[in-house]
Parts: sequence; C-alpha cells; structure tokens
Amino acid sequence: MNAIADSRARLVMLGVALVVLCLLPAFVEKYYVQFVAKIMVMAILAMSLDLLLGYTGLVSFGHAAFYGAAGYVLALLTPQYQAANFWTSFPLAIIGAGVLAMIIGFFVVRTSGIYFIMVTLAFAQMLYFLFHDTKIAGGNDGIYIDVRPVAEIFGWQPFSLDDFVHRYYVVLVALVVVYLLLRMVLRSAFGHVLVGIKVNEHRMMSLGYPTFRYKLVCFSLAGAIAGVAGYLYSVDAGVVNPEYLGWHLSGAVMMMVILGGMGSLVGPMLGAAVWLLLELLFQGMTKHWQLLMGGFVVLATLFLPNGLIGLADIVSRRRDTSDGHD
Amino acid sequence: MDLYTFLIQLLNGVQYGLLLFLLASGLTLVFGIMGIINVAHGSFYMIGAYLAWSLSEHLGSFWIALPAGIVLTVLLGMLLEWLLIARLYQRDHLYQVLLTYGLILVFEELRSLLWGDDVRGIGIPGALSASIPLTETLSYPVYRLWISGICVLLAVAMYLVIQRTRLGMMIRAGSSNREMVQSLGINIQFVYRIVFAAGVTLAALAGMIAAPVSSVFPGMGNQVLIVCFVVIVIGGLGSVKGAMVAALLIGLVDTFGKVIHLDIGGVKVLPELSSMGVYLLMAIVLLWRPAGLFGTKP
Repeated sequence: MNAIADSRARLVMLGVALVVLCLLPAFVEKYYVQFVAKIMVMAILAMSLDLLLGYTGLVSFGHAAFYGAAGYVLALLTPQYQAANFWTSFPLAIIGAGVLAMIIGFFVVRTSGIYFIMVTLAFAQMLYFLFHDTKIAGGNDGIYIDVRPVAEIFGWQPFSLDDFVHRYYVVLVALVVVYLLLRMVLRSAFGHVLVGIKVNEHRMMSLGYPTFRYKLVCFSLAGAIAGVAGYLYSVDAGVVNPEYLGWHLSGAVMMMVILGGMGSLVGPMLGAAVWLLLELLFQGMTKHWQLLMGGFVVLATLFLPNGLIGLADIVSRRRDTSDGHD
Repeated sequence: MDLYTFLIQLLNGVQYGLLLFLLASGLTLVFGIMGIINVAHGSFYMIGAYLAWSLSEHLGSFWIALPAGIVLTVLLGMLLEWLLIARLYQRDHLYQVLLTYGLILVFEELRSLLWGDDVRGIGIPGALSASIPLTETLSYPVYRLWISGICVLLAVAMYLVIQRTRLGMMIRAGSSNREMVQSLGINIQFVYRIVFAAGVTLAALAGMIAAPVSSVFPGMGNQVLIVCFVVIVIGGLGSVKGAMVAALLIGLVDTFGKVIHLDIGGVKVLPELSSMGVYLLMAIVLLWRPAGLFGTKP
C-alpha cells in the first residue's frame, strides 16, 4: 500500500520534472540552459555507473574511461575543419565505448571486491597515460572538435547541434531514453540476475547462472551508456582532453551516485544535480573550491551513506510511524 | 647496450623497484591488517616530497628535514586515523574509497595553498652528492645507492617488527580477529592507529628520499599511486613478500622498457608506450593468477 503510494508519488515527481525540463529553455538564459544540459549529461553517466555500483555490486573506480573514450572516438572521426555526421559518429562512439568496456571487463570482471576497485582504476589510468604521454589526439593538451557534428540524414537536417537549445533537447531525449532503457533492463530477468549477483554471487553460480558473462555484459552496457554521456559532453564542449578519462571524474561520478542514493535510477540523477550545483556554489566562493568539495565528500561519506534518497526514506518512515501512533 | 649501461639501468630499476616497495608496503599493510583501502596513499607521497623541500629550505639541511618530516607525518597519520579512518572499519570498501578520494582533493588544495603549484627541486644532500665512476663517461650517483640501502633496511626492519616483536604479534593477531584480540585486553584501536600512521609515514618517507632525484610537483602522488595498485595486484593483496617481488619486477620492466627500443616486425614501438608494459604485466597476471603471485584468494 505504502510502496504503491511511494512509487506513484515518485512517478508524479518524475513527470513534473520532465515537463519542467521540456519548458526550461523558453524561460531561462543560455547559461542556465547549458548548465542544466551538463547536469543531464552527468545524470546519464551517473545512472550508468549505478548499474554497476548499486545493482550489480561492482565498485568501478574507472568509469570515466568509457566516457572519455567516446569523446575521443568523436574527435578522431571528425575531419579537420569539417563536421562528422551525428548519425554515424554517435552510434560509433557508443559502440567504441562498449567494446572498450568489454575488453577491459574481460580482465577486471574476474576479480572482485577491493581488487576490482584497484584494477578498474589502473586500466582507466593506463588509457589516461596513453592519451597523455603520446601524440595521439593532441597529447595532454587534448584535441579540438573544430566543427560540431551535423545531424543530416538523406539531405534532411532535423536539428542543428550548433544551436544550444537544440543540443539541450538532444541531451534531454538521450536522458529519457537511457532512463527508460535502464528501467527496462532492471525489470527484466537479466536485471534480476544482476541484483542476485550483488546479494550473493556464489548462490547465483550454484543456481547455474554464468555470473562472469552476466557481469561482463553488464559492464559493457554501463560502458556504452557512459559513452552516450561522453559523446554528448564532447559535442557541447568542443574539445576532448585526457582529463575526460581521469580518476577525478571517476571519483566524482561515484560520489554523485552515493550522494543521490545508489540502487535507484532517480538517486544518481538527483546526485548529479546536487554535485554540479555545489561545484558552482563553491567555485563562486573561492579559487580553492576543491578543498570545500573534498571536505564535503568526506562529510557526506560519513554522515549520508544512503544518500538523499535514503534520507527521504528515513524522513517518510518517521512520519509514517508517528501517523500510526495518532 | 654495453655492460656498463646495462649495469646502470639494472641499478636504476632495482632502486625504483625498492622505492615502489616502500610505498606499496604501506598500502598493503593498511589493507592487510585493517581492511582499509586508502586511495589517498599517493597524497602522502606527495606530502612527503613537499615537506622535504619546504623543511630543507626552512631548517637549512636535508638531514634535519628528514626526521622532522617523519615526526610530522606520524602525527598526521595518527590524527587521520583518530578523526576519520576509525569510522570506516565496519563500512563497505565503497565508502573507504570515497572518503579517501575526498582526502585527495583536500590534500591537493592544501598543498596548493601552502606551497603553491610550481615544480620544485631539492639538491642532492652534500654528503651523498658524489658519483662512482664506472668508465670514462659513465658514473653512478651514490645517492641512488643510498635510497636502495634505506629501502632494504626498512624492509628488514618491517619484517623484524612484524615477526619478532610483541607489537608485531598484536598486529598479526589483530588482522585475523579484531574482537578476540580486544577481549584479551589489548587496545586494538591503538594498534590500528600505529599501523595506519606507519603506512602514512612509509609513503611520506618514500616521497622525502625520492625528492632529490625526482622533481617535486603537484599530482606526483596520483601517478605513483596507480603504479602501487599495480604492484599490489601483481603481488597479491596484503602480502608484503608479494609487494617486494612485484615492485622489483615493475621497477625493472619500467626502466628497461624506456631504454630498449623494440622493433616488432619492422614496426617501431614508441618509447612512450613503454609505460604500458607495466599494465600489460598486470593484465597477464590477472588472467593467469587473479589473486596475484602471492595472494591467497581473490
């Protein structure tokens, strides 16, 4: 009864949020439209990590690798002073990120626990140093995407990525599609196996599930979705550099997931919004905003382990019990 | 490559490997005994290097800076354990990663506030600035030999403390059963504090003694942390012996990877790609023995 009311309330909230997001560009300035678009990109990235972290129990500390890889796919597909095609470069970037995740996953998924954390980080940093130390794609300066991709298909151009409002709506559509896709995956038999692996992998194995394959598919899927975010961000920024692959981002995304509340799809989206807003706030206060960010991470880890969603649950539960006593 | 160049590279590789061991042993001890994964370990290496630079400037001598820096980092380690790490023992690794990630951000900014963002350098201390001539043109710096010597000395000391002393006995007992040790009247909290402080100090010490031969720069900790992780993955988690073998292996692979120019089927492998050799090694070990060379179970 309560759970139904709860999920209905959540659905209403999501609906309202979607309507607000749809109407937003009509009411606010360019700066805020772009800022919200950035939040949505990070929300996609955070949801993809939550698939590993919150549902499958795989604590990946190298998730930015796939995000950055998609950006580099776009940069390398873009000819100098010309535009790549959106309809080919976007899928190729997603596939590229997914295939990379599958290759790395082949090595890392056979480990677990603390090993998994270290190995995912090590492979991501390997990629970082590959782009940082060699001349591929501009070395540590990164590479500019001189011209944004064109969305031309059979001579028809449905939208232009040079227009920030169009870019905003492309990101919004991607966010909705990723949300629905993940929701579908998590409600499928496949999704239930993933949750089973998180709770007790040995039991799932003895039930006859090839858990290695399930984890590998999950890792690749999460990587591909991270690629969606990486591509969209690179289109917006017009530049790709090794920091996109770095562990600062991997850690930040992890924090977004925890901050919102892992094991739900709404949580990471909420976490991404709060994280970026905090960053904006702290950046306005001091040049050394990372200090405040770090302090916030430490405090949030200690006092808010279940995230904002968890906090909301506690509050609502307390309200329920007090209702019961009346 | 002639014999002397080979010898010099061999010594460089061993020295780098021993330094890595010093760093990785702190990380593996803290994990093996306390069950804590500390991703801020590299920051302590950076802090050590900056302390060595800053204290040498203020106190006038590297040899005074060294003990002063050690005292400071022991205190830092104890403070951190008391304030933060002690709250993480019962928590999932995920939260340990997050909290120590937050610490990296804090330490990087504090470093920027205190010491700025410039690359610094320390001169090799006078007493050890000599070089041993090998041929007319080649020589080997004494300071690097001294680094290797200190590392070996500390490795032996660590072995003796853990295996032969009463404190070591408590540490070993605490790693296998925390509650039982506590019920026998041993202040396990204090033992953990010492272990964590030792881990921090080992990393900082590595930074201090490496400072004169490698420059002191922001982000130096992060780079070295990843290599530490690779050492631990290859050696096996919690195994000090594994850390030693893996660190030497990586030191040699990395050093020789930089000087040997491979020609595979006429295609020259870029020297920049040589750093990938270390990760390649890790990938092979993961396929062959997922628990590492000396690890007991994954």
